[in-house]
Amino acid sequence: MTSEEWQIVWFTAWVSALSTLVILPFGLALAWALARRDWPGKSVVETLVSLPLVMPPVATGLILLKLFGRRGAIGGFLHDRLGFDIIFTWRAVLLALSVMSLPLLVRSARVAFEEVNPRLEQIACTLGASNWRVFFTITVPLAARGIIAGMILAFARALGEFGATIMVAGNIPGKTSTLSLTIFQEVQLGQDANAFRLLGVSVVLAFTAVWFSEFLMRRKRKMP
Amino acid sequence: MSLLLKRVTLPLEPFTLGLDAEIRSRFTAIFGPSGAGKTSLLDLIAGLRRAPSAFIQLDNRVLTDTASGFNVPPHHRGIGYVPQDLALFPHLSVRQNLLYGCKSGGADDPLFGLDHVLEVLEIQPLASRGVTELSGGEKQRVALARALLASPRLLLLDEPLASLDAPLKAKIIPYLTRIRDEFRIPMLCVTHDRLEALALADEIVVLVDGKIMQTGPVLDVFNRPANAAVAKLVGVETLHHGQITGVEDGLATVSVDHATLTALAPATAAREVFVCIRGEDVILQREAAVASSVRNRLSARIMALRPEGALVRVELDAGFPLFALVTRPACAELALHDGEQVTALIKTPAIHLVPR
Repeated sequence: MTSEEWQIVWFTAWVSALSTLVILPFGLALAWALARRDWPGKSVVETLVSLPLVMPPVATGLILLKLFGRRGAIGGFLHDRLGFDIIFTWRAVLLALSVMSLPLLVRSARVAFEEVNPRLEQIACTLGASNWRVFFTITVPLAARGIIAGMILAFARALGEFGATIMVAGNIPGKTSTLSLTIFQEVQLGQDANAFRLLGVSVVLAFTAVWFSEFLMRRKRKMP
Repeated sequence: MSLLLKRVTLPLEPFTLGLDAEIRSRFTAIFGPSGAGKTSLLDLIAGLRRAPSAFIQLDNRVLTDTASGFNVPPHHRGIGYVPQDLALFPHLSVRQNLLYGCKSGGADDPLFGLDHVLEVLEIQPLASRGVTELSGGEKQRVALARALLASPRLLLLDEPLASLDAPLKAKIIPYLTRIRDEFRIPMLCVTHDRLEALALADEIVVLVDGKIMQTGPVLDVFNRPANAAVAKLVGVETLHHGQITGVEDGLATVSVDHATLTALAPATAAREVFVCIRGEDVILQREAAVASSVRNRLSARIMALRPEGALVRVELDAGFPLFALVTRPACAELALHDGEQVTALIKTPAIHLVPR
């Protein structure tokens, strides 16, 4: 493994983990709102969130490119007012991974929240706990397994993301190259040996993530 | 304590909960058949549910006033709630459950201090266990203690004994009376079990299909049901204060006004009891001296005869007011009339004693 390859592995793992953390607060809030509250437009939001799951990733990437490009609605604003760009930077990788993995976290957490008996939350309220305290001491711990499973799924999805990333971030060596993008590139260039080394790393990363989630689940089950 | 409920309206299936009431007694039972809206009423009082119209005031503090859009959230109401399923937090230990609502160790009021509550409910040995390792009665006590440790100004109990079998019920009732007497918290207890209401409550509110049918002291309501619906619910014909004067071989001698009865002794050592006798368990007889296995033979005078369908309800003075239900033909055969002397026979197991 060359130092460039290590850099790619490190960057991929780091940006995948960061995207999982970035979507966590928003994803949990959204999952909770979908599970516990009725509001106008709920079904529209529900569909929008799940869209990246069923749309071709390249199409999602194209939408992000148009929105976040310098002439896009959001990208233009960020460039003109705050002076920073997203497209073709590491931030674009983060954006693509976040959007692509959000549905997995939200779906998993939503089911977990729905399975928490609302009576427990209500009684916690009568014991003097504020809504925030109830959320963090009752709802989240009881939904923890589903939330953790959702986070692992989101992280794993981010590790392997390809289509949306290549649209918004390109494949700039040392800047936006991820494992998947590099493997594709190496195969294109006929460097199969390089591709296989990175493939091995991918397998190890994926295996570790799944094994870690299983480990957490087992520990959770043993707890009283 | 005064709990004021005004203009309460809450649509439920298949009726609408609609009531006005002022509750003042220390232990009030909300009594009614299942599905009468009892739990919904507790939820409204605790603030867990919003009604289209309601004014709820506890002592001097308005909790809900839909007319002005005012509503105190449940965590600021200071109302303890033990729901029917107890809602113990399964991911926390017994100790963590107990301390969940505990305010700074209950320092401001030693009455609700941890040690005292644990002692009254005998929970100390359970504290280190997991919630799932507790038996039904233990769970009940932990849920009660958890609610008490939050120092509530009112305690709501939803069918506290419904999920327990008879021996366990007998064990939990003394804990509830201890809470009532030691903590001096007003309690509002939903029940569909008349023995529970009798054992615990000072006053009862009879709720049927979302409407209050009758309110008043327990004895008044049970002895003088306001209408047929209440009468059917309360079921017992005779209900009277009694005092156990002696217990021998599991049989209690009970003095009731000017009469003495023999009944099965209750499990507790209580002396003050309610004596319950169903009208259909009272046999009327003309001649006094007939040998039989019946322990209780009371010389009684007929005060009134009230036909009720195929039956006649006979009101007797047997040293205390006693009611008997006999068929019309039996009534005719015995030629029962007002003012006549008869002998009332009651088998020992037919007399039910409810400790107070």
